[in-house]
Amino acid sequence: MPCGLFYERYEKDESIFPTVWLRFWMIALGVFLLTFPFFAQPLSDALGINLLNLFNLFFIYIVGAHGLNLLTGYTGQISLGHGAFMGVGAYTAGILANLGWPFWLALPFAGLMTAAVGMIFGIPSLRLKGLYLAIATMAAQFILDYAMRNWEALTGGSSGLAVPAASIGGFEFDDDFKFYFLGLAFAAGATMYLKNITRTRPGRAFVAVRDRYLSAEVIGVNLFKYRIMSFGISSFMVGIAGGLWAYYITIISDEHFTIWLSVQYLAMIIVGGMGSVLGSIYGVIFMVTLPEVLLIPAETLTEIWPDIFGIFASLREMIFGIIVIAFLIFEPDGLAARWHTIRAYWKLWPFSY
Amino acid sequence: MQEFLQLIVTGLVIGSVYALVAMGFALIYKSTSIINFAQGEFVLLGGYICWWFYTSLGVPVVPAFLATMAIAVLMGLVLERVMLRPMIGEPIISVIMITIALATVLKALVTILWGTQIQVFTPAIFSQDAIKFGPVLVSEVYLWTFGFAFLFLGVFAAFFKFTRVGISMRAVADDQQVAQSMGISVKRVFAISWSIGALVSAVGGILVGNINGINIALADFGLKVFPAVILGGLDSIPGAIIGGLTIGILENIMGSYLDIYLGGGVKEIAPFIVLIVILMIKPYGLFGIKEIERV
Repeated sequence: MPCGLFYERYEKDESIFPTVWLRFWMIALGVFLLTFPFFAQPLSDALGINLLNLFNLFFIYIVGAHGLNLLTGYTGQISLGHGAFMGVGAYTAGILANLGWPFWLALPFAGLMTAAVGMIFGIPSLRLKGLYLAIATMAAQFILDYAMRNWEALTGGSSGLAVPAASIGGFEFDDDFKFYFLGLAFAAGATMYLKNITRTRPGRAFVAVRDRYLSAEVIGVNLFKYRIMSFGISSFMVGIAGGLWAYYITIISDEHFTIWLSVQYLAMIIVGGMGSVLGSIYGVIFMVTLPEVLLIPAETLTEIWPDIFGIFASLREMIFGIIVIAFLIFEPDGLAARWHTIRAYWKLWPFSY
Repeated sequence: MQEFLQLIVTGLVIGSVYALVAMGFALIYKSTSIINFAQGEFVLLGGYICWWFYTSLGVPVVPAFLATMAIAVLMGLVLERVMLRPMIGEPIISVIMITIALATVLKALVTILWGTQIQVFTPAIFSQDAIKFGPVLVSEVYLWTFGFAFLFLGVFAAFFKFTRVGISMRAVADDQQVAQSMGISVKRVFAISWSIGALVSAVGGILVGNINGINIALADFGLKVFPAVILGGLDSIPGAIIGGLTIGILENIMGSYLDIYLGGGVKEIAPFIVLIVILMIKPYGLFGIKEIERV
């Protein structure tokens, strides 16, 4: 185990996985993720949770959370509209799929459509920052939400829109097991994309805009271009997540894409760690697993307190809120930073000074 | 024409409650620079607590009203001390997120305690009888609401203008460091701002609760405050009042004239369309202080 970084060449400094150990663990993780579905069934039975379904949700949300993290964590632009943007992606994919477009064409188109919508609502970001931008994107959320609910000719209104399962070359991803591999591919792709974009020129420009936008402008970063670009890429990723969601759930309605989803997305990246690739992954795992885990004590508590299921949804929201508050007060940098501290401690142990 | 006048009058009444809640919101923003996404939940809690005292426990109107106000003030103080003071100096997103999380907790708490059914004040505090003013009909409860909202607006305007505490609050809003060096306790001013913010929202909740009844949707009322304060300028209290009244009228008019074209519910989003338009053309609102940035 290395106790520091000792690079001899620039290529080593630039590599994504700099150490042999890290590469080993990444390969191990890859092998685990690829073989997981084959032994997921007995595990699910033992735990009483449908693990494949849980992992599929992880994958979809990871794509979206990476998108929001790029915008909020890396570029410093707050968005309270990503729930609705995900809905735009889902409906675009759903409508195109119903028109007979193939999966491989409908999904990117859903991403592009969402990117266009996101960029329109990102235009105020030129003049607005911080609080004002949060309010503007919140308004976008409500307006899009309204359109999804009331534009019945297009979206099917509150009765929902049925979407066929995804298929590539005649192979249908129509159950949890098959969709797992599709989701995994997209989640891994999004992770690699985010990891790489932060190492490029636009990525550094994003961080400069976040940290001190006046200085960034002075050294020649075009603020408007990079803010809009960040909105575009971020919405594209969320749109892809929405498209995947539509193909996975196969029936979409506006109820899923309310401000509550936007808040959940923000909570994911805050709990996980803003401006960190691993952060969005930890955040998604934490936030998606939490309600499932909470169900277990709720089931046992029903014997003592039979009404608990009636208030379970509220209880879950309350715990969600308390967790977010606790994180913001006690660990504002999120799980990724906590993990980093723990690892750094053991890496240098017993000489941790 | 008569319909139009009617719409303006009812819009003005709802707008006066928006103005009241928006004043609390602008006050909190002005003195603490925290944007409070939980303002609507304060409205919700105020309505429910008063209803609970009045209808469930059978407390007479005036003590129920006063008790609600006391609880709101206490809640403002506790929340400021426990949750918001640690947030001073944190990035904007953390501050926004903590008030959103607070909103979630309060909303969940209300649902756990009182369920989701619509609740009405029984027996009704104000009568629903209509009074005729020229061509327009206004029910009595609307008049009371309007009167109470303006009473509170007036009281607080006088409070900021003439009392020692009010002047110290304005000083803190102007410049925290200078205020502190003059011996004003900034922490105390923050606490007072939150308690007033909670108090006026609770009053707003009671007033609206008397018109439409109380359920969880009352929390959405707090969201309408955003268009109001953006229109008026985020850090201007007179702006919040004018913004509140304008949004109340605008949503009523747009709601009733555009519903047939857009298929219902326009009233809910009309304020947000107005909000986006204002942000695009005049981001600091009518009376807001334009931030000048120097390198």
